[in-house]
Formats: sequence, C-alpha cells, structure tokens
Amino acid sequence: MSNATSKSVLRAEDLHRFLGQDEARVHVLRGVNLELKEATTYSVVGQSGCGKSTMLYLLGLLDRQDKGKIWIRDELMSDASDAERTAARSRHIGFVFQFHFLLPEFSAAENVILPMRKLGVRSPDEMRQHAEYLLGLVGLQEKVDRLATHLSGGEQQRVAIARSLANDPALLLADEPTGNLDHKNSDMVFDLLQRLSKETGQAILMVTHNTELATKTDQCLRMQDGQFIN
Amino acid sequence: MSPNFAIAFRFIVSRKRSMIMSLAGIVFGVGFFIVTQAQTSGFEKFYIDTIIGADSPIRIEDRFQDIGLAINAADESGQTSDFITETDPNRKYIHGIEYPNKLREAVEAFDDVTAVSEVLRGETRALSKTAEQTARVHGIRLKDHIQVTDLDSQMLRGSLDDFAFNPSSVLLGKKFAERMHVDVGDYILFEYAGDTRRYKVAGIFETGIEQIDKRRVYMHIGETRALLKKPFGEAFFQIAVRDPGNAVRVASRLESALHHNVIPWQEREKSWLQVFSVLRVSSAITVSTIILISGLGMFNTLAMLVMEKTREIAILRSIGYTRRDISRIFLWQGFLVLIAGTVCGWIFGAVVTLGISKLPIRIRGIFTADSFMVNWDLNHYIWAAVVASVTVMVASYIPARRAAALEPGSIIRGTSM
Repeated sequence: MSNATSKSVLRAEDLHRFLGQDEARVHVLRGVNLELKEATTYSVVGQSGCGKSTMLYLLGLLDRQDKGKIWIRDELMSDASDAERTAARSRHIGFVFQFHFLLPEFSAAENVILPMRKLGVRSPDEMRQHAEYLLGLVGLQEKVDRLATHLSGGEQQRVAIARSLANDPALLLADEPTGNLDHKNSDMVFDLLQRLSKETGQAILMVTHNTELATKTDQCLRMQDGQFIN
Repeated sequence: MSPNFAIAFRFIVSRKRSMIMSLAGIVFGVGFFIVTQAQTSGFEKFYIDTIIGADSPIRIEDRFQDIGLAINAADESGQTSDFITETDPNRKYIHGIEYPNKLREAVEAFDDVTAVSEVLRGETRALSKTAEQTARVHGIRLKDHIQVTDLDSQMLRGSLDDFAFNPSSVLLGKKFAERMHVDVGDYILFEYAGDTRRYKVAGIFETGIEQIDKRRVYMHIGETRALLKKPFGEAFFQIAVRDPGNAVRVASRLESALHHNVIPWQEREKSWLQVFSVLRVSSAITVSTIILISGLGMFNTLAMLVMEKTREIAILRSIGYTRRDISRIFLWQGFLVLIAGTVCGWIFGAVVTLGISKLPIRIRGIFTADSFMVNWDLNHYIWAAVVASVTVMVASYIPARRAAALEPGSIIRGTSM
C-alpha cells in the first residue's frame, strides 16, 4: 500500500492531449492529475481508447502533452528539450511494453546492457555483472547469452523487464506487460513487478485490461474518456 | 567500442546479403575507377615521356617584337591629350634565333633550365641506292642534344660515338632507314638546292612516334648549315628543365624575359593531351556511375532497414538513446560499408591494374607500346575513395535522418493492441 510519507517520483498536473488532425482530431486526455510515489504499484484500467496508453507515453516522456505539466523527481520535464527528456528517460524511467521489443541481433545480457552503455556510469565488467544479476532476478540466469530470438515469449518479456531495470530507474512504466502472455507467464511477470517494487523501491505504473491483476496493485486507477474516475 | 557502433555493426551483420550487394558495388566501382584512371593516365604519361624524350620539354623559336603601342594624340595646342590611338596589337616575328650564343647565355642563367641544344631544321631530298624520299634534317651538337632528349636511349643500332667523331655521319629514324633500305655503315645522299652531299649512317634510332621515325635525320649542325646553305641564324633551341611539369611557368618567364617565342610541351602537344584528358574524365564519369548505382543500393538497403527497425529505434529512444545516436547508428553502417568497400576496392583495383599491365597490346603511331601502360598514382586511389565517400555518406545520411526523426511514442502506440 502507498505510504503517505514516501517521496514523490512523478507528478502530473492537468494533462491534455489531442490526437489526429482536423475533423479526426480527438481530445484523448482531458485534464489528468496524478502523483506516483516510491515503492508503490499502480494500475490503470479502462476501456480501449480511453487514453491509458497515451497517458503512459506522456508520463514516460515519449510524447508531448498539448497542455499540462510533468515533474520527475521534482524536476519539470514537460517543457524540457528533447535531449533533456531523453537523458531523464535514461536515468529515471524504465519501460515494459506489451511486446518485448528486444533487439533480436543481441543476446539477453547484451539487451540488458544497452541502456547501461548509454548511461555510461558502470564499467564494462560492472555492466555485465549487473545484467547477470537482473536476469537472475527474473529467473533467466541460465540464458544470459542466448540470442533474444532463441527465447520464448515469456522469457523475452522477462528480459525486457530486466532491461527496464538496468539503470535502477525510480519509475517503471508498463503498458500491458502481460497482454501478450499466457496465464502462467502473466502471473509470473506480475508477481515479479510487485516484488521488485517492494525490494528496489520503484514506483510502478501498469496499464492493463486484466482487472484481476489490477486489483492486486497498491492503487488501481480507473480511467474513462481521458480522465480518472473514482 | 561505442554502443552506437556496436548496434550498427550488428544491424549490418543481420542483413548480410543486401549489405554484401552494396559492398560489391562499392568494391567494383572503386576498383574500376582506379583501373581506368591507371590506364588512361598510364598511356598519357607514356606519351608525355615519349614526346619530351623526342623533342625536349621546351622549344625557343622565333624572336618577336611587340608593336602594340598606344600613342597619345596631341591636342590643338600641341600638348599631349587624353585621346589614345591603339596601333597594331599583333607581334612581329623574326624567323629563328639571330644570336644563339648570347641567347644561350641568357637561357642558361635561369635556375630551372638544365641544358640547351641549338637545332637547325630543314627539309631535303634523301637518296639511297634503291629509294628516295623527303627527309627532315635536324642539325645538332650531340653532347648538347643528348642532355635535352632521350636520344642515347632511343638508339637501336650503331653508335653515338661513331656519330660524334665523324662529321659526315648521320643518325636515321628507324622507319626512315627501312624506307631507304639502308642500315648502319651504309652511305646515303642528301640533296638540297642542286647540291648533293654523301653521309655515312652511324646509327638508327626510334622515338616511338611514327611521324618522327619515318622522316627525321640527325646531322651535325655545321654540316646542316652547309647542306641547307644557312651559314648563321634560323636555328631554334630545345631546352631541358628541372621539372617538365613546370614547363609552362618556365616558358612564360623565358618568353617575357627573352622576347622569343617559347613553346612548352603542354602547348606543343595540346591536341593529344586534350584527347587524353577527355578520355580520363570520361572514363572517370562512366565508372563513377557504378559507385552511384551502388550508392542507390546502399540507400535502398538502409531505407528498408529503417522501416524494418522502427520498433527497435523506438525502444532505443525509450532507453535513453538520443536522435543523434539513432542517426549515428545508421551513418556508422554506411561508414562501415564504405571503409570495407573502399579498402577491398583499392586491393581489387591494384590487382587488376597489375594484371592489365602484363597484357600484350601492339600500339604504333602516336607512340610505340607492346603492353598496356599503367600509371601507379596514389591520387587515383584517393579520388576513388572521395567519390565513394560522397556517394555512400549521402546515401546513408537520408535514411539516418529519417530514422532520427521517428517519434518513439507514435511507433509504440502503433504496435499496441
């Protein structure tokens, strides 16, 4: 459960986002306000097209809002330059998507090392050790040197989770992380995210259609027509 | 190894077939560029060496007087006015060199000049036992002339010493000797203005230039003056310079200082040199199209790769890779293909050039050659690399820019269900 004294990882105020142009222009987000705190898991549920993923990409600085503000670790990022937002993603945010999006030319360990190489705070040996540790955390210690294409769907998704944790981000954003997995793998991935939040103190925001899993998070947020509802 | 380079390398390796096709295009383009340049410039260089060896780098001919004066007209009071009358702008030429000894001293004072040979030229009728034809006699002093031409190395038979020590001897061009059916040791007559003189053939030479070899005869300059009845003047100078490539500049200085018509080899052989130049540029343009086509292949491969890798680009952006990083990943790919293609192309070009230089070919006419002439010039390799670099980097830049411009949010949203 969210702790009232926990530090704020992300804060969003009055987020608006339009998609499409001219007659096809749709007001997808209509004034979203949100605060995410350390060591807390959040789920966002709602019907398809209600704006869940759009909000996630805004919070992850992958997209720009039409109106509103986003702070990450109390630093205003919504109006920052592309380079600053990219650096913030590298330092503070990890992503898990519905599809694993691993680079098929690289092994599991190399995929996990990619964000670390970009951030450049660890030595090559430290990067390798940390990648092995993270892959062990997701139960893939035996397959660190397997090519991504030689792993099952569930294993690839777990590598993607390990990759999202590579730079010890304060915030992990997951868009339907179990949407492409069978029941068994879904439970495994969800349990893993829950455990990581408690062990590493990350704030985890998960967009999902799976209401059963959503109710197991610390806070379940419902979204409708681009707004949170009680 | 930078992460961008590592990713680029893996992307290339993952598309071996199409990258190898692009690479092959660069290799063949660079290789053929080098081969064609080596051949055309090889023949050109050989031709230049031949003509310089036959007729020296610079020739000083007629003296001239500048008569292009401007005269200020007088006004009504008889004072100089601002009205200027132009006279004949043309030069007046006086045939031949009038004072060879004075001119020689002046010419030899130039640092760039290494040797001077006075030559008296004239046409006579040559007669042997079985043939007669027109000969172009060059009266020379042997010790001077071998310093401004390659006459010693052009000798096929006979001896320059025999020629040097016998004033009544001649050296004949190979074709000329064949036509006159004479050889070393035979005698030949030269007839001019009703006067006939007899000379011993001391040697046969071949310059390789057919026009010279079928008409030219070398004779001692004193004998030539006697034969042609030109006791003084009317000669020209052939001049050797330290760097024949600088002949135009040296000729210009000589002309303005000496007031004689000075002709460098570049001007003398302008027509053929232009032919070689056009051939070289034409072959470079033709072969560059191979590189351009391979550049299009490279563009196509990278553009396809950008389309295929949009998801990977999006994920790289989401984990902290900047637009510049994405752009560099694709530029690195172009650069890797460029480096591999250029180096392999250099090797391919050098091997083919070497092979071609061994191919037999019989060329007679403007020069004599029995195999392909090639010129090993580092500039050909540099220019091939420059053409390949420009083509490949332009071909890589456009897809790289497109990749960098991709919005990760839009791509990821497009792949979600």
